[in-house]
Amino acid sequence: MSALAVTTVELARVQFATTSLYHFLFVPLTLGLAPLVAVMQTLWYRGGDERWLRLTRFFGTLMLINFAIGVATGLVQEFQFGMNWSVYSEYVGDVFGAPLAIEGLAAFMLESTFLGLWIFGWDRLSKRVHLATVWLFALGSWLSAFFIMVANSWMQRPVGSTVNDGRAELTSVWELLTNRFAIYAFTHVVLVGLTTAAVVVFGVACWHLVRGRNVELFRPAVKLALIVGVPVSAVNLLVGSHLGIVVTDYQPMKIAATEALWDTEQPAAFSLFQIGGFTKDDQTPSFDIEIPYLLSFLATGSFNGEVQGINPLQDQAERDYGRGNYTPPVRTTYWSMRIMAYLGTLVFLVMAVGAFLFRRGALERRRWFLWVGVLTIPLPYLSALAGWVLSEVGRQPWIVWGLLKTSDANSPSVSTTTIALSLGIFAGLYGTLAVVDFVLMRRYARLDPPEVGGEDDEFAVPAVGY
Amino acid sequence: MDLETFWFVLIAVLWAGYFVLEGFDFGVGMLLPFLPRGEEDRRTLLGTIGPVWDGNEVWLVVAGGATFAAFPAWYATMFSGFYVALLLVLVFLIIRVVSFEWRSKSESEGWRSVWTWANTVGSAGASLVWGVGLANLVYGVPIDSGGDYAGDFWDLFSLYTVFAGIAVVLLFAFHGATFLTLRTVGDLRERAEHAARRLSIPAVLVAALFVVWTVAVAMDRNDKDLFPPALPAALAIVALLLAVAFLFRGRTGRAFTMTALGIISAVATLFVSLYPRVMVSSPNFENSLTVDGAASSHYALSVMTVVAVIFVPIVLLYQGWTYYVFRRRLGLDQTAAETSDAGARA
Repeated sequence: MSALAVTTVELARVQFATTSLYHFLFVPLTLGLAPLVAVMQTLWYRGGDERWLRLTRFFGTLMLINFAIGVATGLVQEFQFGMNWSVYSEYVGDVFGAPLAIEGLAAFMLESTFLGLWIFGWDRLSKRVHLATVWLFALGSWLSAFFIMVANSWMQRPVGSTVNDGRAELTSVWELLTNRFAIYAFTHVVLVGLTTAAVVVFGVACWHLVRGRNVELFRPAVKLALIVGVPVSAVNLLVGSHLGIVVTDYQPMKIAATEALWDTEQPAAFSLFQIGGFTKDDQTPSFDIEIPYLLSFLATGSFNGEVQGINPLQDQAERDYGRGNYTPPVRTTYWSMRIMAYLGTLVFLVMAVGAFLFRRGALERRRWFLWVGVLTIPLPYLSALAGWVLSEVGRQPWIVWGLLKTSDANSPSVSTTTIALSLGIFAGLYGTLAVVDFVLMRRYARLDPPEVGGEDDEFAVPAVGY
Repeated sequence: MDLETFWFVLIAVLWAGYFVLEGFDFGVGMLLPFLPRGEEDRRTLLGTIGPVWDGNEVWLVVAGGATFAAFPAWYATMFSGFYVALLLVLVFLIIRVVSFEWRSKSESEGWRSVWTWANTVGSAGASLVWGVGLANLVYGVPIDSGGDYAGDFWDLFSLYTVFAGIAVVLLFAFHGATFLTLRTVGDLRERAEHAARRLSIPAVLVAALFVVWTVAVAMDRNDKDLFPPALPAALAIVALLLAVAFLFRGRTGRAFTMTALGIISAVATLFVSLYPRVMVSSPNFENSLTVDGAASSHYALSVMTVVAVIFVPIVLLYQGWTYYVFRRRLGLDQTAAETSDAGARA
């Protein structure tokens, strides 16, 4: 019986991981491209430079293809809590449900309605009102991200609530919305979005430049992407690392596991790369490259800070919560953190070198670098996915930190077979969608942006029609 | 009215809004392979719902979110219990969402035909499952003493619930065809009107039988009296009969108002029949989930009430504005469109 229960939870977890990570393939580009497209349209509106209009429509098309899948997979996310995690849903609904409901009503409604107005409103609205619709779409997408991060951050650091009669109850919506964890996580997510969009715009533009196609058109796009991409990817590294300090305060075990730090150290060195040292029976790596003091700095903000280790934290957790394993998978968290951070740094470096070459007017001649720009496109995605793996796997065994364990939270009425069936269906469906979406995005990214006439009646054909 | 009841009513309103709005775009989706005479027509049909379907679908997201937040126990039992049904809904909605965006991305006839049918199957399938699913709330499903669903997928099917699913499909097709008479011109409009007339009689008969049956089920299985459920049921029947009458007299705008009112009343019949329970248990009626038992704490409900009171009117305003912006009819002949638009408003 217990073996079966474990399988059900494991399958439900695999399904949650699959659908969430898949969903997040589409989210960051929408978050970042929405304001970028809005900026492009604003530049056209204010300066009348037709290149910005063509770029608006070109990247607007990519944004739409991307948004459609985001909507569909987002619906799965919402339903999945009740379908696979009914105990969790009943336990947290009072607190966790509120930001989700508010997200739907206050943010997602705004996002969807104004996207429709934007796509089809080119010839129906005045230029000014039409411009407002794309900004409202962008606002909706950011608000949406905020409420979702509030919900997720409550799972990481449950604030503004109390446990009453076996379930969590909201006691302060203000504390919920101003959760320090949520503020950092939200900032991190929108910066990830902006970075992703800047890299995509930059990479697509590089592809056109390397072909010597539409050079005059894509040069301003490169400039915009770099102006956004360089500072944003840099600030994001800082925000991400500060989020690490926040995590140290509230989830010391997550940091200990992420660093494969078995015993408390002061000062603690940061492990850049290690072989072995990831399990309870093998706590000392056979090979290790370390930077002294760095972990203390990253985790506590001070070069001499104390960083607690897994072993004492495990003992402490057993004293607090009873016998059990309170250590998240060390190898997974260790590597997901490093993939996230290393790729994030690489993205910043590519953007910085690009900006350097661009300023010297040498970018278009460095064909190898233009190819680097194209090949950088997948990196922010991989980095973001690794970040979510770190955040969610690092929270284990808890589904709500310190309150409810993942193994106690699934739906008792849903059988292993049913979850396996739905997992199979979603995997097949998602796989197909991913392939088709990739093919479409690639095709549209390679198209020559269509010429646009200056006359208003030229806008009778929507940017994207059926 | 206490907060628990207020949220029950609000969730009913959200479902009604979802059914009225997505109802017509599901209906248009169902008619997509049959009504048009070629690619140009099909694109026009999709164009009538293109700007709004996405906003319409958000009503479902909000209804789901509101249920989660206001009635966690209801959300937990219903979503885990109706697992396979909801899985089907998600698959239908996903292929439909994708069909909208991807259909035009290739000139290939085969490609377009695949996504035309994907839209139709998605629209009809989702309508059917929603009908079956919501009808089960009143009809009753096995629930154990811990409040968990104790049945399987096949427990969702009975004569009544399957009939409910068919009623929803027919009603949405009728609603969608009536919508098209308002948004198209010329030949396409005539064919839409013809389709609406042909659909009207079976749709109204089936829907009328459905609301009457719902009242009977409520009295039989949910301890309800004839009143109040009979009131919205009567309203639904009257509205739908008026829709037919208006349609055959060529007053399609009024007919559409009446199909919308009919759908709202049918949803109201269902929820009035359900109250004060949110999920009826059968057998073991005493295990039924109630509004009070499934609700969130007073504080959480108060917070969300404030949010709802502020945002629901704002949402209604800007969604209403969207419909105003896209009020113009679509078709090949724009001049004819303007003329007939003026005529329809007169």
